[in-house]
Amino acid sequence: MSHTVQKASSGDAAPTGAVDPRLLVREQGFKGYLTEFKRKVRGGELGSIPVVVGLIVIGVIFQSLDSSFLSAGSLSNVSVYIAGQGIMAVGIVFVLLLGEIDLSIGSVAGVGAALWAVLSVSNGMDDTLAVVLAIAAGAAIGAFHGFFFAKIGVPAFVVTLAGFLGWSGLQIWMMGEEGTINTPSGGIVENLTNYYFSDIAAAYGLATVGVAAFLGSSLLDSRRRRAAGLPFRPVSEIALRTGVIAVIAFVCAYQLNQARGLPLALVIFLAVLLFADFVVRRTTYGRQIFAVGGNAEAARRAGINVEKIRITVFAIAGLLAAFGGLFIASQSGGASKSLGSGNVLMNVIAAAVIGGTSLFGGRGKIWSALLGMLVIQSIQQGLNLLGMASEIQYMITGVVLLAAVVIDSVSRKTQKSAGRT
Amino acid sequence: MSATPVLALRGISKRFGAVQALTDVELEIHAGEVVALVGDNGAGKSTLVKTIAGVHPIDEGAIHWEGRQVDIHRPHDAQDLGIATVYQDLALCDNLDVVANLFLGSEIRRAGIIDEVAMEKRAKELLDTLSIRIPSVRIPIASLSGGQRQVVAIARALVGDPKVVILDEPTAALGVEQTAQVLDLVERLRERGLAVILISHNMADVKAVADRVAVLRLGRNNGVFPVRTTSHEEIIAAITGATDNAVTRRQARTTEAGL
Repeated sequence: MSHTVQKASSGDAAPTGAVDPRLLVREQGFKGYLTEFKRKVRGGELGSIPVVVGLIVIGVIFQSLDSSFLSAGSLSNVSVYIAGQGIMAVGIVFVLLLGEIDLSIGSVAGVGAALWAVLSVSNGMDDTLAVVLAIAAGAAIGAFHGFFFAKIGVPAFVVTLAGFLGWSGLQIWMMGEEGTINTPSGGIVENLTNYYFSDIAAAYGLATVGVAAFLGSSLLDSRRRRAAGLPFRPVSEIALRTGVIAVIAFVCAYQLNQARGLPLALVIFLAVLLFADFVVRRTTYGRQIFAVGGNAEAARRAGINVEKIRITVFAIAGLLAAFGGLFIASQSGGASKSLGSGNVLMNVIAAAVIGGTSLFGGRGKIWSALLGMLVIQSIQQGLNLLGMASEIQYMITGVVLLAAVVIDSVSRKTQKSAGRT
Repeated sequence: MSATPVLALRGISKRFGAVQALTDVELEIHAGEVVALVGDNGAGKSTLVKTIAGVHPIDEGAIHWEGRQVDIHRPHDAQDLGIATVYQDLALCDNLDVVANLFLGSEIRRAGIIDEVAMEKRAKELLDTLSIRIPSVRIPIASLSGGQRQVVAIARALVGDPKVVILDEPTAALGVEQTAQVLDLVERLRERGLAVILISHNMADVKAVADRVAVLRLGRNNGVFPVRTTSHEEIIAAITGATDNAVTRRQARTTEAGL
């Protein structure tokens, strides 16, 4: 934190004036914004700054190397490709908020896709039911991991490492006879990444609704805070934020309409993000996840059922992994023995960390799944355009992940030296 | 001071296996009173507090709450009666802000959603009535000083409107100025009519804020003294057992025998 707080802690008896000068009251207007921003950066609270800077750098570099990088078609592809692993990354954010790790999600994605394929394609089960069962199986697998971690006390690292091996074995066994099962055209899974709302009204409509919802909720919140006599965001600030979001939303909508329209995959991914963000920030359950991730003992004493939180969080990670697996199956044309293996696991964990969610628990945002996935996918997209081999992509993704973790660790250190632990 | 003690312990005994941790302990505490609980290490202070807080159920004896006998088996029972405990390790979440910590486990909700506005408002009111000064109710606990964390932990205990507050070594790890802040807060709790049980090793703190001192020695009562009329040395003597009791008598006998 800034010097303001350090002064406050060593200060003498509090003066009883109108406003204590040591209090961190943000100055109104944009100057206040700037000082607040500086204070946060100096204190090591970098938030989404590194990842946004990273995205801009990636955009500039690849655009200068290949002018089709920022073309509508390329961006449209990125928006579809991020969905599968991005949804899995949302699950990983939940687990990271607990201060734990789940190494099994790649295999769980594979099992989910395999289960759906075997049930629906090979055994002719109702497609919807097969999809629901595959996702439910993912949740059950996650809860199984969570049980061993929370009730038995096995480290999550080990449980999910065992799961990583075990479930990929199950996946290969299930796929045994065929090896690969192609997605039938017109089915739910096929549509996940191949359906586009080609009507241009869809993309613009979604952008309009999103911006309006943001503006409305901001104004409402500001009014309630004002009525309660609490510090509130001035209208000018809300207008600025809404403006930035509106520009991003409508540029994206325009670009998507230039290509094939609004992808269903992106809509589902955004819906998952919004819902997860709501759960984490606005519900008691989300608050309890942060509490357990920050100090499990304190959470227990506050009457929180720590075991329940741990099991359910792993179940969420498993559920989203299986759901993401269906997207990957859709994208690659079917379920296979190797779906979810390779660098899927690392990409997903890297996305959450690159996006700004701490590996050390208790700090992070759901939206880091989107931001981190954008970084990883745009690097892959750019390298693909340049015709680079996948081994180069692995190396570059490795470097980016290391950089992200370094930023996380350094910002933690800065926070410690600035009076934060 | 009210006639009926808000909390009264009658003949409390507690044993852990072969260890008799508490034997026939009596303690009374009235509303608007600060009772210091002192004793040497292993005297049973923490055990006694934990029996009141419901962490360890008692083996023998009775607990009376406002005159009627009650059973405290779980921490929840104690909380329901109106007993709040602030443990030595503060049990706050460093990553959450002050408001979130104050209401952790009892968030105010509106239609199932956490009502941040109402919580922040109540947090401010609570901190104001206790004259607690912290930089902002929206900064994480991690950026507060030790004394500020302690007062937040105490304020957190008050969210459920308790009648008895137990403070376990609230000033143990604090500097001079921060200790003063916490002692000020203890006095404000008394002014609000709460009964406070203060566990402390520090005689200066005890003399500063407590009305009565209850001394435990080897799991038994070793006297309850009014602070104002008792000297430092008398309390120390009761803690160490240098007064007329079984130990000193035995010592006297052995010295006689030696003569």
